[in-house]
Amino acid sequence: MGMTMIEKILARKSGRASVSVGDIVDVEVDMTVLIDMQFANQWKRPNRIHDSEKLAVIMDHAVPAPTIRDAAGGSEARSFVADFGIERFYDVGRHGICHQVIAENGLARPGEVLACTDSHTCAAGAFNTAGRGLGPAEVYSIMCTGRTWFQIAPTIRYELQGVIAPSVSGKDIFLHIANTYGDAPNFNLEYGGSGLAGLPLHDRRTIATQGAEVSADFSTFEADGVLRDHLTSRGVTDYHAAQPDPDAIYSEVRPIDLNALEPYVARPGTVSRNGVPVSQIEHLTIDQAFIGSCANGQLEDLEIAAEVLRGKTVAPGVRLLVTPASQAVYREAMRLGYLQDIADSGAVVTNSTCGACFGYHMGVVGPGEVCLTSSTRNFTGRMGSSEAQIFMASPATVAASAIAGYITDPRSVTT
Amino acid sequence: MSVAFSGRVWVFGDSLDTDAMYPGFAIKMDPAEAAKHVFYEVRPGWTDEVRAGDIVVAGKNFGIGSSRPVSALFIELGVAGVVADEFNSLFFRNAINSGLPAMTLPGATSIFTDGDVGAFDLTDGTWRNETTGASGTVAKLPEMMLDIIASGGLMRRLVIQGYLPAD
Repeated sequence: MGMTMIEKILARKSGRASVSVGDIVDVEVDMTVLIDMQFANQWKRPNRIHDSEKLAVIMDHAVPAPTIRDAAGGSEARSFVADFGIERFYDVGRHGICHQVIAENGLARPGEVLACTDSHTCAAGAFNTAGRGLGPAEVYSIMCTGRTWFQIAPTIRYELQGVIAPSVSGKDIFLHIANTYGDAPNFNLEYGGSGLAGLPLHDRRTIATQGAEVSADFSTFEADGVLRDHLTSRGVTDYHAAQPDPDAIYSEVRPIDLNALEPYVARPGTVSRNGVPVSQIEHLTIDQAFIGSCANGQLEDLEIAAEVLRGKTVAPGVRLLVTPASQAVYREAMRLGYLQDIADSGAVVTNSTCGACFGYHMGVVGPGEVCLTSSTRNFTGRMGSSEAQIFMASPATVAASAIAGYITDPRSVTT
Repeated sequence: MSVAFSGRVWVFGDSLDTDAMYPGFAIKMDPAEAAKHVFYEVRPGWTDEVRAGDIVVAGKNFGIGSSRPVSALFIELGVAGVVADEFNSLFFRNAINSGLPAMTLPGATSIFTDGDVGAFDLTDGTWRNETTGASGTVAKLPEMMLDIIASGGLMRRLVIQGYLPAD
């Protein structure tokens, strides 16, 4: 019987010839990533760990430390990696949002299993990796034992066809999917099709990352030439990508016509069946605009923002915050002049971290405010006050709206 | 925790996300203090009313969102178990892994209303609304998950296995 991509990976990693929906498998985890929050909250240092080579520690959510609790967590992280001989340590200065650092350093490899405490670990699916967020206790357990269990969920396949227009991005593809099909709890998502070849990796990463927002388990892309070329350039070799069998069994196959897509915006609360084409939304003035996060703080996102903002001015009354996803992105965006263009427009460029996305530091929104964000979640209270409204759109739409002062179609702003 | 639990139920709606139960600002607090903010916006004051042994019943897609250990806050509040029409799978794993019994019961939010007394047993999948008399059975949880709950969660198991110090 044929298997989907995720079934193939989990079968191989559990030493089984095949798996099917409902099976519970005990799998080997290839890479486990610990993040700063884990050290800052109820951390207990283990007596021993499974394999220091299969562990990475990334300072990401709260950098530089905004609280004494976070500062103490950082101290313990540094001490822990030194004592346990963990070489893959991305301390402040080499830091970034874990999914970005994972991508930059080839920690997510095709056909392998990656575990991390952050719920957006499904981001690794863009690399044909079985990644998903797991709770702190489970990540502890994997750090100690090198293994965990999964129950095989049914898979929904998205068959991408055509090519997106220049003003449309991975964010818009995701918002379209979330608006059209709604939540997918206890389902895996698989992306492939003839349109995949024309879809850049950064767009795939946005889509894979946001699988969490429709409540999916794994969110995995087929491995193709685009991915292989990227991995080669990063020195990632000797992997075994998982391709779906022609007779794989899906709960549903949903074709997505990329040619037909336009910029979308999700209304506050959820992305699920809660979106509208930007061209159709009512006049909505904004107080804060945010470009950043594991979904959209990539170099390409900053390039898009810089193109929209170059020579323009952020509207009076609007705060535009731009947070590169990693220190590497920050440095490259600086070298290429993107940060200059962005800052010259009146935006605030922050250090790289999760920042405003999770309402913890650097850009919390107040009661009654309207925020347009390109980050991951528009839940009530996510970015600060529960009385603020969070709309979600692509970096191009956020940048264009910051100039206009209200939510607007990026195609309305000439660059 | 016991894999069989009974008590007064509190009924909540669909798609309750983790920010509604463990908001970003509460991450800066110790668990006991953070627990006072569970459902702070959805049902203000609930954490003053919930008592040890109570049960949370929720609708579809319960717990969508972050990996924040919400179940630890429920345990802090004395919640004996969580029941939902449907769980987000990360949230469900977190519950099992922290030793908080969890049952998927389609239609749970129609079967129970606030203040009813419910009884649930994960070993055989039986449930009963003691107030209305309604009862039924769902698929039992795999032994492996029952074992994790019965041993008090993964952290306690890691202590027993010698991976973690026993405080």
